[in-house]
Amino acid sequence: MLKVLDSAVPIACWSCSIGHIDSTLFCPHCSKIQPPPGCDFYQVFGLERGFQVDLPALEREFHRLSRKVHPDRFARAGETEREWSLADTALLNDAYRTLKDPLFRTEYLLKLEGAEIGEEFAASNGKDRKGQKDPSRVPADLLEEVFELNMQLEEMRMARSTGEDDPQLQAGLEQAKGKFEGLLDEVDRELRIQWKAWDEGDAAGRHAAQGTMVSLLDRRRYLSNLVRDVTEVLGA
Amino acid sequence: MTGRVVGIDLGTTNSLVAYMQGDAPVVIPGVDGSNLVPSVVALDLIAAEGGRPTVTVGNTARKALIETPERVIYSVKRLMGRGLEEIQDELRLFPFRLADDVEAGEVPRIQLGEMRFTPPEISAYILRQLKRNAERFFGAPVTQAVITVPAYFNDAQRQATKDAGRMAGLDVLRLVNEPTAAALAYGLDRAKAGTIAVYDLGGGTFDISILKLRDGIFEVQSTNGDTHLGGDDIDNLLLAIALDEIHAEHGVDLRGHPGAVQAIRKAAIEAKIALSTEPVAHFDIELPNGDRYQREIPRAVFELLIEPVLERTARPCKQALSDAGITPEEIDEVVLVGGSTRIPAVRQLVDDLFHLAARGKKPHIELNPDEVVALGAAVQADILAGSSKTTEEMLLLDVTPLSLGIEALGGTVARIIQRNSTIPASATEHFTTGVDGQTNVAIHVVQGERELAADCRSLARFDLRGIPPMSAGLPRIEVRFLIDADGILKVTAREQRSGQAADIEVKPTYGLTDEQVEGMILDSFDHAEEDFAKRLLIEARNEAETILAAVERAPESPAWSQLTGEEQVGIDAARERLATLKLGEDLAAIREATLALDRATRRFAELMMDAAVTTAVRGKTMDAAGEELGEAVTAPHAMAPAEFK
Repeated sequence: MLKVLDSAVPIACWSCSIGHIDSTLFCPHCSKIQPPPGCDFYQVFGLERGFQVDLPALEREFHRLSRKVHPDRFARAGETEREWSLADTALLNDAYRTLKDPLFRTEYLLKLEGAEIGEEFAASNGKDRKGQKDPSRVPADLLEEVFELNMQLEEMRMARSTGEDDPQLQAGLEQAKGKFEGLLDEVDRELRIQWKAWDEGDAAGRHAAQGTMVSLLDRRRYLSNLVRDVTEVLGA
Repeated sequence: MTGRVVGIDLGTTNSLVAYMQGDAPVVIPGVDGSNLVPSVVALDLIAAEGGRPTVTVGNTARKALIETPERVIYSVKRLMGRGLEEIQDELRLFPFRLADDVEAGEVPRIQLGEMRFTPPEISAYILRQLKRNAERFFGAPVTQAVITVPAYFNDAQRQATKDAGRMAGLDVLRLVNEPTAAALAYGLDRAKAGTIAVYDLGGGTFDISILKLRDGIFEVQSTNGDTHLGGDDIDNLLLAIALDEIHAEHGVDLRGHPGAVQAIRKAAIEAKIALSTEPVAHFDIELPNGDRYQREIPRAVFELLIEPVLERTARPCKQALSDAGITPEEIDEVVLVGGSTRIPAVRQLVDDLFHLAARGKKPHIELNPDEVVALGAAVQADILAGSSKTTEEMLLLDVTPLSLGIEALGGTVARIIQRNSTIPASATEHFTTGVDGQTNVAIHVVQGERELAADCRSLARFDLRGIPPMSAGLPRIEVRFLIDADGILKVTAREQRSGQAADIEVKPTYGLTDEQVEGMILDSFDHAEEDFAKRLLIEARNEAETILAAVERAPESPAWSQLTGEEQVGIDAARERLATLKLGEDLAAIREATLALDRATRRFAELMMDAAVTTAVRGKTMDAAGEELGEAVTAPHAMAPAEFK
């Protein structure tokens, strides 16, 4: 989705026509704001690629850059400047939103590194229903429990629709929810281990970590959908 | 040359215009000295000339509401950017009717006699009045503004507001969310870091926003709300009870009598306001048949009645907290905005939601809840003007309140920009063709949180045209969706294989096209300098006449004899000077002489006030005392400092 341009190719400034490297938001010669550089989200913040990010530092840099490029700073500028300020700020915001969220970030960097990811995480808060109807990737070790859970969910929905109250079923679901939430936490812990392995590893290590992370993301997506379904039924 | 940028709160009930005076925002009063301009527009259809009706806005228009409700429009904000079928519920409560031959997807037209108006046109009349108030105050044209909108306004409602600005001759530099504006107004002199919740219950809309404040950066974390929930709903509850009881007890059904309904609505609003400070309010209304409808409303009954309305604000608050990923305890400050937050039950609810009393905290109400949004708009205007030390470190980072999605196969929604994303925000999607040689692709963009496109708000249908004919699936059309800093969507498309920019035909749902907006621009003379000067002169003469008429009756008042001979001579001289200058063309001289006469009569006005109070104490009402003494001389308005040549 993002073109990574060769940053050595000089680009002529739209305002003063002097060439400069396409990685800067402002022309080094005339100081005018420039179109969004063709760089990835890490380069926006001047960061090396990595799964572990210093969030407070990221926020400070986000604020610093926002002060420079935000459309509020160009409200009375010419049309071209306003256009580039808008485009640059959209890039900055998109980059910040992606990098500050651990799951968005993991998925983004995996893609950047060429990994094939089945489906996108559209939201970390689990509100998005994408992929809900795709049961094709039930993790093998969970088959039995998922089958059991789906039965319970169905029973609960039936009971709800007839107005019955089944405390035993309720307790069973609460317990299952707790269990799957525990599994989610486990996945997140494993992901963090793989982050570190990738960030500090050599080419072979990185390759291995990447493969593990792709499957962890699949598992995570599956688990969070389950937890969401149970929460919904319990909260109904 | 760069003129001033003003901040405008275009409210459901009242509108205000404010600007940054030095390092503090202040509201600009109207000709009648009032800061609030009621968002009421009266159109005198008979006096229409050249196709345009004679328009009055504000307090004058509100007076016409009871006598001639059929030509008065209020709460038009509720209709902005909405379709016919979306506003049926609202319409039952309005005395005005819509044109019935409007097609689905078109902007509704309000029908008044032979004339028709779109909601943005009516809003434009209000904006033009505010613009004029500001111009009168500065003695110079005002062409740039920041306008506030409810945070939960969707794309169409935002675009309609911007269109209204353009029709009024204003370059709208930014739309700012109302709760965020309130935070800016408070943030000027508050702590440098912390998490703030702004609870904004206005006349017709409810917003909740959660912001993180750090080193002058106001970063909105989440926002939620209901664009059809506010004080109006409370008025309607009281109104419905009164109408039902009048029907039952007196056998008159007033629902078909707009004038009578307006009179009762006015009484309902007064009762509501009284109940914020009194334990009981009284209805006492004379009915058209001479009967009286009298009723007491104890506060406890009122609170029970409005509970369902207030309860509707709780869910958005909880959702906003959850979206921001924080608990009520992590909220450092709560700011209350909107007239409806004066209701004690609302304050109690806010206290419960954010656990304030338990933590020894109180919500912020230091700034007038009716004015705080306009004051914040003035701060944002100052930030945009970029020329002030006070605001140079401040920056507002707002979010989009609703997710943006495109309709996918089967009518489901594929979300491309999540709600609460910091704006500007963008997303790029790729589309292709399904049939060999296909040259256009239709895209349906929706806004909302529901699973099915049919349950979301349709924003627009885009038709990508001019795709070079290729085998199915081969074209690669890149569509870029960009939500700008106003929260308004912009779309661009490109066919990547051929490198051709695809044509996009945008059909906004319930929006006006550029040409339509162009055709609705209010008297373009407004921009002409010559015309502007003429208008200022007429207004200055009118003001001069008002004060002259009052001063001419002064010697009849008992207070006149209390003045010293010197004072009397001074007043006479100032009066004669103004009477002469008024006939001339010198605007600055007329204004200066008006001010001089106002100054000369200040002590006289005070004496008259004292006399009125004394009379009242002797058992007469102020009104009767006023009649006895003649009209008080009041300053026509506050003048801008040193704007005269």
